[in-house]
This record gives sequence, C-alpha cells and structure tokens, in this order.
Amino acid sequence: MADLSAAGARPRPTGGLELYAWLFMRVSGIALLLLALGHLAIMHLINSVEDINFAFVAARWANPLWRIYDWFLLFLALLHGFNGVRVMVDDYVRSPGLRVVSLVALYSLVLFFLFAGSLVILTFHPLAGG
Amino acid sequence: MYRGGAGQWAWWLHRLSGVGVLLFLLLHILDTGLVLFGPEVYDRVVKIYVHPVFRVGEVGLAGAVLYHALNGIRITLLDFYPELSPRQRQIFYGVVSVFILLFIPVAAKMLAPLF
Repeated sequence: MADLSAAGARPRPTGGLELYAWLFMRVSGIALLLLALGHLAIMHLINSVEDINFAFVAARWANPLWRIYDWFLLFLALLHGFNGVRVMVDDYVRSPGLRVVSLVALYSLVLFFLFAGSLVILTFHPLAGG
Repeated sequence: MYRGGAGQWAWWLHRLSGVGVLLFLLLHILDTGLVLFGPEVYDRVVKIYVHPVFRVGEVGLAGAVLYHALNGIRITLLDFYPELSPRQRQIFYGVVSVFILLFIPVAAKMLAPLF
C-alpha cells in the first residue's frame, strides 16, 4: 500500500513540485495557526465588529508591524487556499479542457487578489482619499 | 484511502471549511480595499458586519477556521509521525472535543451583543 497522507485519499508526494506544495501546506498551516487565529481573536474577542471602522484601521496600520502581520496573513492564507483548490480541481475536474479553464481562472483570481490586497496594505494612507 | 468513518468525516469537513474560509477571505480583501476610498465609503460598507445575520455568519466563520486549524494539526501530526496513524480516530475525537470546548465560549462571546 502506498504511503498515504492523512490529508486524504491521495498518496504523499515523493518529489518535485507536488512535494513542495505538500510541505508548503504544512508550514503555512502552522504559521496560519498563529496569524489567522490571532487575527480572529484580535477582531472578534479583544475588539468587536462594532469597533471596526476607518479610524480603527488607520490607527492599527500606523504601526508598520501590523501591516507586516496582515501582509503575511494575506499571502499565506491566499496561497494556502489556492493550493487547496488546486488539489480539488485535480480531484474533481475530469475533462482536460475544463481543467485548463479552471486552473487558468484559479491562477488569475489568486494573482489579482494577491496584487489588490498588497496594494491596499502597502499604499493605505489615512490622509489620502475620502 | 479512507472508507467511511471518522477519517472520512474529518477529511470532508476539512475541504468544506477550507472552501468556506477562502470565499470569505476573497470578500474580506475586497471590503478592506474600500479603505482606499476614504472613511465615508469604508464605514458605510463595514457596518453590515454588525447586522445580526452577519454576526451569526461570523460565528460560522470562526467555527470553520477553528475546525480547519485543529484538524490541520491532526493531519500534520499524522503526516510527520506515521506511527500515530492507528490512533487517527481517537485523535479526530480529540479534535472534536477541543473544538467544542473552544467554540462554545467563543460563540457565546461573539453573540452576546445580540441579547
């Protein structure tokens, strides 16, 4: 019997890009334990949705460390989710044509959101706009 | 390959919660992007997260992230310590127990303003 990953019904990759993708899911997952659960705790337990407005974001992002935190969260969460969907396309989309279309759509979507999210985190200035 | 049972459930819930969290992440990148359009635009839009329907949705989101995190720990442990695999079912019950222990107080805290 092949060596099966606990993630599901596919053998653990033994080399190449798939091995790096598999390792990335574990490493980014461990980082996201801190980043994503920390983000939820800060926004929903320490603060609350009533507190979140433009002034809250401006005060928070006045500290570059929070911008770095949020940028890591953005990148790791998006890439982790992207790779998860990529594996699901592999599992569920059987027709070769549809696979290409799905993967092109997925790559484009992720690149767009990585770019848009980075733009927001890096260029936000409380006095500009509005 | 899992053939039914706890492992199958763990795997299925992992995919479901992952897709749910990813969809919210995309929405959340867009709503946060509105800060670039100034306080009036941003404040008007993020106010919807205070609506009771959204608050319940946020509790669902927290539950999805929490389950995905705990089951992700289970997957990673089993991958790096294959000698644990005969106990994968017990580890899944551990995941469910820790989930319940953490999720109930978190949900209570997040929903308290509604009552």
